[in-house]
Amino acid sequence: MTGVRGPAAGALLALRYAVLAVLAALFVLPFYIMVKTAVSAPQDIASPTFVLWPSEPDWGAFGRVLEDPSFTTALITSSLMAVSMTVGQIVVAAMAGYALARIPHRFSQPLFALTVLMLLIPGATTFLPNFIIVARLGWVDSLQGLVVPTLFSAFNVFLFRQFFLAFPKELEEAGKLDGLGHLGVFVRIVVPNSLAFASALTVLGFVAAWNAFLWPLVVAGSGSGALTVQVYLSQFLTAQTFDYTGLFAAALLSLVPVLLVFVVLQRWLVRGVAETGLGGA
Amino acid sequence: MSTTTPRRAHDAPGGGAPGRQAGGPSSRPPAGRRAGTALPGARRAFWILVTPFFAGLAVFSVLPILWSAYLSFTEARGSLTPVRFVGIDNYLRFLSDQAFLQSLGTFAVFALFIVPVTMFASLGLALLLHELPAAQALLRSVFFLPLACSYVVASLIWKLGLFSGLPSGVANTLLSVVGLDPISTWLAQSPQWWVVLVSVRLWLQIGFYMLLFLAGLQRIPKTIYEAAAIDGLSAGPRRFVSLTWPQLRPTVAAVLLLLLVAAFQAFDEFINLLPLNPDTRPPLVYLYRVALGGDRDFGLGSAGSLILTAIMVVVALGQNYFFGFAAAEDRTKRRSRRARRTGAPS
Repeated sequence: MTGVRGPAAGALLALRYAVLAVLAALFVLPFYIMVKTAVSAPQDIASPTFVLWPSEPDWGAFGRVLEDPSFTTALITSSLMAVSMTVGQIVVAAMAGYALARIPHRFSQPLFALTVLMLLIPGATTFLPNFIIVARLGWVDSLQGLVVPTLFSAFNVFLFRQFFLAFPKELEEAGKLDGLGHLGVFVRIVVPNSLAFASALTVLGFVAAWNAFLWPLVVAGSGSGALTVQVYLSQFLTAQTFDYTGLFAAALLSLVPVLLVFVVLQRWLVRGVAETGLGGA
Repeated sequence: MSTTTPRRAHDAPGGGAPGRQAGGPSSRPPAGRRAGTALPGARRAFWILVTPFFAGLAVFSVLPILWSAYLSFTEARGSLTPVRFVGIDNYLRFLSDQAFLQSLGTFAVFALFIVPVTMFASLGLALLLHELPAAQALLRSVFFLPLACSYVVASLIWKLGLFSGLPSGVANTLLSVVGLDPISTWLAQSPQWWVVLVSVRLWLQIGFYMLLFLAGLQRIPKTIYEAAAIDGLSAGPRRFVSLTWPQLRPTVAAVLLLLLVAAFQAFDEFINLLPLNPDTRPPLVYLYRVALGGDRDFGLGSAGSLILTAIMVVVALGQNYFFGFAAAEDRTKRRSRRARRTGAPS
């Protein structure tokens, strides 16, 4: 750190690294436990003492879980839900955010005020009102019931509006000189130049959608029409009999899409937190 | 619409509402109009772009709340069709229900642990990582990795792996290493279950708050430290207390509120770790039981839903009242600077 020199600083730095190494190990521990349990043999599960790593790792649980049609169906449902939710939210919000920021209209102030008002209402405590509408529409236990009510995020509109307010006007002016209307400018100029921002929100949105639990439980928890992976795992966990290795294998498989996103798109993810940061969590 | 922390997009879109920024310095459509940026067809374009969102908002956000408000004044059990009008009975029943008051108590205890623990742990982690000469990105990724896990997956690891009642569980192995007896039921009595509940949430969300604190630390101007060094104040606890902490105060305030709001909406880990225990129901779990559990009391549930929502709205308004103005201006400026930097192609 600035201002400190000499051996004392070196020792301090070494201590920092030592503490961080221990903490990092502690953070990885749950992942290790998950893998270890998934590949354990029955005698390892029943062992009275801690088993560091099974003597004969048994990867059979993965095959067993993947042969269970209700698990693979849940994986498909979660994928469809997470992708359509994420894409839908971004498209809807980008459109509205752009119009509110850039197209002069006498309704833009009142509509923006309404958006800000809706920001105050949390999604979690209103699960029952939302369920009532979904039930009225006959969408319980369906993919559209999971997805459609979540597409209209006031928070994303707010973020996009803020982003577009700072969008360089010169680019739009150039498009207008070329004879593009507002829609043309939006589609041909603004969208291609906003992909970085949109990607950051998309990545974050995908992770949140994949891991969502309360709403999928409310909409599809009691049937089997649109069971997501999270609800499937939860039912597996709270069931009376335990297939430990199968449960952990299923949990590991459920992590694959999100871990891929984390590893490949880490940069966008960190940026997404920074963009939505203090407002959004 | 589920409830977890780091950015519950669908979970809880409104979590920390930055409301007041609305009227910030950058909202200036009138100026734009005067500058004559409106093109022919502007009205049509405006409606084409805003209609999907506002129509959806009306049907899937405003209408549900109005419908619930109507149901909350009626008796509607097991069916969405009201039987009769009961006035404010549902509200009185919900507010005077012992189980509801108990759920507020559960929230209070939970928040008492999780809020300060997460705040200081994520701040500590950020301080350890800040300006680290090597491996900072790698370590940051490691601490951020738990965010990939859902609360369901984490609950599963905690319940059956780390805190299983078996002697071979990780926590029990550690207890026996230090010479204590193993605990056979981590989730059946009071001090133990809080250890499980607090540690699982801490693991899941610490990386997110660590990032916020890292960003906060990076925003502190270097010149302040240089000036302090000239005055003889070097890195250490004294510099932290007199310089760093005051500079971090806006971040600390925001993090505390986010943590509090997230704790109030706790649901996933409670229902997965303690599915049957009536003594550990936070408000949302209680509401879920009333509305969609056994007797599906939609009238009472609607009243409860509106009461809990009202509590959150009051908190959000309070947040804006106390922290909104200065922070919002600062944030809008930062955001536009950043967008100018990165938004334009070169």
